[in-house]
Amino acid sequence: MDTISSRFTSASAMALGNDNCNEFNPDGFLDAPSLSLPPISQPAAFLRAHTDDASNRDCTIKVNHGTTTLAFRFQGGIVVAVDSRATAGNWIASQTVKKVIEINPFLLGTMAGGAADCQYWETWLGTQCRLHELRSKERISVAAASKMLSNLVYSYKGMGLSMGTMVCGYTEREGPTIYYVDSDGTRLKGDMFCVGSGQTFAYGVLDASYKWDLSVDEALALGKRSILAATHRDAYSGGSINLYHVTQDGWVYHGNYDVGTTFWETKAKEESFNNVKVEL
Amino acid sequence: MDIVLGITTKDAVIIATSKAAVRGISILKVTDDKTRQLSDNSLMAFTGEAGDTVQFAELIQANARLYSMRNGVDLSPTAISNFTRNELANALRSRKPFQVNVLIAGFDKKTNKSSLNWIDYLAANVSLPYAAHGYASYYTLSLLDRHHKKDMNLEEGLELLKACIAELQKRIPFDFKGVYVKIVDKDGVRDLDDIE
Repeated sequence: MDTISSRFTSASAMALGNDNCNEFNPDGFLDAPSLSLPPISQPAAFLRAHTDDASNRDCTIKVNHGTTTLAFRFQGGIVVAVDSRATAGNWIASQTVKKVIEINPFLLGTMAGGAADCQYWETWLGTQCRLHELRSKERISVAAASKMLSNLVYSYKGMGLSMGTMVCGYTEREGPTIYYVDSDGTRLKGDMFCVGSGQTFAYGVLDASYKWDLSVDEALALGKRSILAATHRDAYSGGSINLYHVTQDGWVYHGNYDVGTTFWETKAKEESFNNVKVEL
Repeated sequence: MDIVLGITTKDAVIIATSKAAVRGISILKVTDDKTRQLSDNSLMAFTGEAGDTVQFAELIQANARLYSMRNGVDLSPTAISNFTRNELANALRSRKPFQVNVLIAGFDKKTNKSSLNWIDYLAANVSLPYAAHGYASYYTLSLLDRHHKKDMNLEEGLELLKACIAELQKRIPFDFKGVYVKIVDKDGVRDLDDIE
């Protein structure tokens, strides 16, 4: 009994942050799942002290945050549209980020929040989906894939993960499906989500013109226009727009559109953006 | 948290303000009018610190009226906006600044033009075709960027306002109890049926 309890004690001491943070498993007896943790007593407090720009301007790590991403279901499948700006504090770190992660030919993940967190865990999700496929000889459902991700982030809850993501895909059983998953552990199925600092601006345009019966071209245009609206009003969104369409045959990439040129084209065509004067 | 929206059309300005007066976690009143008429053809809509808002609006209202009585002519909407900005700018560096954000809608009878001025508590004054204060702007500005057209007529303007209110009712996570809608044009200021 003592040996068993000592093993469990050492496992929990690990969670409290002793130096030996790797799985303690001397003879393979304790086969319970375990979580690798950094060798710090309070990971969340440590991370906050070093990454929170709001409370500490001199923080050593600035995490990429601002974004606008959207996905919606309609008669012809799913449209996914995202911007491409990465910011770290007030600094524009990149204008050419790929915020749609192609998990496999039938699954897409979007990226909002910490760029590294999303990129790492969604590629991790890709490997898990592939393993599922090899084990069960069938493609993973969107529900199961999104749940793997949400269970994973939930296991890290309170430790500073930051992600807001949409897992979008098509399976025979589910049809076109969108799941919203965030680092709080929230997992929601729905027809329309906008995620990121520019979400409200995207919702504004999307809600006003959204109909289930949109044609594919109309839906793609609306997704693109909604991201454009967000890049216009949200300082943390910009760069270019990436467009995807998900159908029963998997996802199709519909191009990259620079916000700078797209804005002036759109303004001229629609006679919109009347707060921007062309002539002085 | 209050909603204050303004949309200009060819010869009128539409102002919409939420009816709920919220303090802490309670709605104290569901028929709160967050506007004051400043002259025959201009209207101020306001949000901000409780107490400051009405005090400030009525200060501007009283001064605009005093000017009319002394000089026998109304201040133009632009003049009222500049005066308002000036009051806020002076208050900003005083012991107790006014924490008030306003929209000033007006129709200038001399130039026959409608105008909308967006002024915040830091005393920035901008003339805009459409404007909003607070959280409402996050949902409605993109929509207005998309659908507002130069020289819209009043009906089109009201349709656009309805789309804005529908969006707010769908996405804002609390009940603002609908909005009062007012029109400022050559005939003065008039109420419109509420949009629930």
